[in-house]
Amino acid sequence: MSKRYSKEHEWISVDGDIATIGITNHAQEQLGDVVFVELPAIGKQVSKGGDAAVVESVKAASEVYAPVTGEVVEVNKELEGDPALVNREAEGAAWFMKVKLKDKGELADLMDKAAYDKFVAEQ
Amino acid sequence: MATPSETLLRTPLYDLHVKLDARIVPFAGYEMPVQYPTGILTEHNWTRLSAGLFDVSHMGQAYLTGPDDETVAKALEKLVPGDLLALAPQRIRYSQLTNPTGGIIDDLMITRTSETGRLYLVVNASRKDVDYAWLKEHLPANVKLEPIEDAALIALQGPKAAAVLARHLPKAASLAFMSATHDRFNGIPCHVARSGYTGEDGFEISVAADKVVALTEALLADPDVKPIGLGARDSLRLEAGLCLYGHDIDEETSPVEADLVWSISKRRRSEGGFTGAERITREIAQGPKRKRVGIKPEGRAPAREGSVITDDKGRAIGIVTSGGFGPTVNGPVAMGYVETAFAAPGTKINLVVRDKPMPAAVSALPFTPHNYKR
Repeated sequence: MSKRYSKEHEWISVDGDIATIGITNHAQEQLGDVVFVELPAIGKQVSKGGDAAVVESVKAASEVYAPVTGEVVEVNKELEGDPALVNREAEGAAWFMKVKLKDKGELADLMDKAAYDKFVAEQ
Repeated sequence: MATPSETLLRTPLYDLHVKLDARIVPFAGYEMPVQYPTGILTEHNWTRLSAGLFDVSHMGQAYLTGPDDETVAKALEKLVPGDLLALAPQRIRYSQLTNPTGGIIDDLMITRTSETGRLYLVVNASRKDVDYAWLKEHLPANVKLEPIEDAALIALQGPKAAAVLARHLPKAASLAFMSATHDRFNGIPCHVARSGYTGEDGFEISVAADKVVALTEALLADPDVKPIGLGARDSLRLEAGLCLYGHDIDEETSPVEADLVWSISKRRRSEGGFTGAERITREIAQGPKRKRVGIKPEGRAPAREGSVITDDKGRAIGIVTSGGFGPTVNGPVAMGYVETAFAAPGTKINLVVRDKPMPAAVSALPFTPHNYKR
């Protein structure tokens, strides 16, 4: 399925019942140079809208919220050694975590690309 | 930080910042560039390797003027612990305005000008109203504070700053560190000081507000110079171990706690005679209860301002006052206050980040060696 987006600037891409989650290109532009990413432990239960990870730029730390509820099954270890990957490929290679979805119905609350772009433009 | 309802001021370089596509943020009541399109890391590294140009026109510039040098120096010595009687013409001193309980009202640069009975002050933007009111209230009638409202201030910082300046303000380029002179750029009078806030060699140039765009554009046309925003200014000064008012020093912290005793001469320590001298001389003699230190987290996670510092048993022993990522250090760095027993470099401490204790060690300051032209 194509990507969906949250108002907190996370993207999500679903394959079966596994969701890959990252932050949007707009979010990395706003953050500036990313210098540290804190990822959740494998097995952590995340809930929609709850804390899932932390991304830090030179200036500030920002929470990354889970756009869906589920269990963390994989994290992108690449980001620990190369946090700047978030600036280079936010919506691709710099994914943060994979979550086993608990309720696929939550996806309906998220925006498609056109709606997210409109949301960002209006901010 | 300014509140949204407050009317924000702009420096004379505001339009140039916008033209350069800066990201503008409110800072100390002004709309200031926090970064340009290349970003904070690139700007920071450029300043360490080449020459960065900063708009610091938001800072307060003022003259203190009186009948003769001694009268003016003695008047200000009542309000700061710095030695001004020993200050030679065109030399610069770093000091602090102190309050009656020995806390810091502001930190400032004081230059003895070449004119009789005149000192030139540069104070923090966020404190200039407080400073000016304090000075007016406490100076004798024959010493006047004259804020300079029609001058801009720019800083050129980095190892190539002197070579760049030699092409535009050749007389000033040969200044010694912490000294100042007048020079002209295309006929425009400039007051140039060899000083800065990055740990690098560099200059701070005061020039008429309506002439600063021409000077700035000429300097930026040099291939060795790029504009640098407040974001990199903060990471540069943090690596250099320099205090930021309102964060690392404030009305509660004394110059002794802040580890600024080096800025108080032997004569002033023994004679006292400045506001707050009782606490400050006592702390110099007996040692302060807490001390500002450098801190290096062992991991990669930065600890931000406000993070609690604990000992190995989890007892709170201090607090982080500045913290972030040091691009030149290539890792997280911080400053904060700890109980004096924990202030020795190498002492193992913990920083509480997101409710978890993170191992760290007290570190000597600066984190990156100062590169001043002595």
